[in-house]
Amino acid sequence: MKLIRMVFRGVRDAFKSVFRNFSLSIASVSCISITLVVVAVALLASFNVNNFTETIKKDVTIIVFVESKATDSDLNTIEKNIKKIGNVDSIKLKTKQQEKKELMEEDDVFKSYLGDMDDDELPLKDSFLVKVSKLEEIKDTVEKIKKIELVDTVNYGESMVQQMLNAFKVIRNGTIIIVVALIIVNIFLIVNTIKLAIFARKREISIMRLVGASNLSIKYPFVIEGMVIGMIGSIVPILITIYGYTYFYTYFDGKLFSSLIKLINPQPFVLYVSLIILGIGMVVGMIGSSRAVRKYLKV
Amino acid sequence: MELISISNVNVRYPNGVNALHDLSVKIKRGDFVFVIGGSGSGKSTFIKMLYREIKPNKGEIILGGLNVAKLRNSKVYKLRRKLGIVFQDYRLLPKLTVYENVAFALECIGAKKTEIRVKTLKAIELVGLKSKTRVYPDQLSGGEQQRVAIARAIVNNPKLLICDEPTGNLDPDMSMEIVKLLDNINKTTGTTIIMATHDREIVNKMKKRVIVLKDGYLIKDYEKGKYYDEAD
Repeated sequence: MKLIRMVFRGVRDAFKSVFRNFSLSIASVSCISITLVVVAVALLASFNVNNFTETIKKDVTIIVFVESKATDSDLNTIEKNIKKIGNVDSIKLKTKQQEKKELMEEDDVFKSYLGDMDDDELPLKDSFLVKVSKLEEIKDTVEKIKKIELVDTVNYGESMVQQMLNAFKVIRNGTIIIVVALIIVNIFLIVNTIKLAIFARKREISIMRLVGASNLSIKYPFVIEGMVIGMIGSIVPILITIYGYTYFYTYFDGKLFSSLIKLINPQPFVLYVSLIILGIGMVVGMIGSSRAVRKYLKV
Repeated sequence: MELISISNVNVRYPNGVNALHDLSVKIKRGDFVFVIGGSGSGKSTFIKMLYREIKPNKGEIILGGLNVAKLRNSKVYKLRRKLGIVFQDYRLLPKLTVYENVAFALECIGAKKTEIRVKTLKAIELVGLKSKTRVYPDQLSGGEQQRVAIARAIVNNPKLLICDEPTGNLDPDMSMEIVKLLDNINKTTGTTIIMATHDREIVNKMKKRVIVLKDGYLIKDYEKGKYYDEAD
């Protein structure tokens, strides 16, 4: 009973003192809001960068050319063998006839040149278009495909893929470091603001200690208060995330600079980011208050 | 029966000042004791030691069965719940009314709502501020503010009431009233009271037990009624 009473008292006091110490609360809330906006932008950017790299990764295709002498049943066995390797996301057969058709549609020179040829005369080869599930292991997979019988050449833009993989790694690690660093900086900023706010209430804490409140029961309402301040502080960043990103998305029609860089669809993406922002705000508020009060509990 | 038993206590501040030397004293339940002495006599150290704001470097303080000298920081609240403390500067919360200031002490220790109401009103009535429950501290005189502080200190029926120069900021008439109020509390509730003061007039008039400190030594311990104004 007593515990429940203390819990309710803590929540009630937390809300009360947010309004009682209005100017200090405003200071803490705006500090949290501003820093969380920065975090929100960083999060939106980093998720989009990751999404973009993932899409590009998915587009990487291995082209497996098959020797001309291969029959239809040979093609079937090759397909089966490739599938057996694992790490194969999808495989598609592109016959030389299809290739011919595509080339003829692309270019008039090809059209006049290839149009006269019979299937047997074609200087083209049947091929498989293979997409891998783990791009990092593409080299290994290619080596295995090369060993399959009747496979002629395998092409996947080797040096380009490797460079791209390295670049993406740098980008991903970079964005993670930036976001984490921003969050840490925010924690320091917010902890200090809340410390200032709580410094003004040193007297209150010392009186609580004097009349026999336990450390936990002194700390608890402040921690709840920090959480409430964190929640209020995350309102503006969340609104900016939801409306700002949706506006941004529709303004650029879902892609940036070229159709290559696709933005993440705002639904439900902005909701996830909002939840993360809310979580960061609440946790940081709680940590800030808890650390700030601890200092005054030693008297 | 003793409420407080202090034996061979030494207090040395980090800056090297010895505030109390080998102090031993026993205080009985229901006593009213004055602690007097000039500035730097160790009076405040003695008082602070009782509610464990200061830890002695040596010696033992047993207060109502608790070993105060060995009390951990996180357990200090157990001691403070047995005590009421009154300061020279009242230490009220300016944003709370008289009623809320007194009730605050009970809310902090998780008392029931009805209990808080009954006890708070009783304490406020006892100090004679029944008509001012909804008033804020800055609308009260110094004497009235000190009464609120006393009400807050006694609201939880403490065994011991510690007063650190409670009349230091008040004029002589007001001071006398406060001391009489304390005496009344001592007589009606049996609460033990220890009061540090440098107001000789009050000490002379009240005829209580008087402990005299000088340079950190206990130099005299007068029994009830034996003390009369000394020049030293």
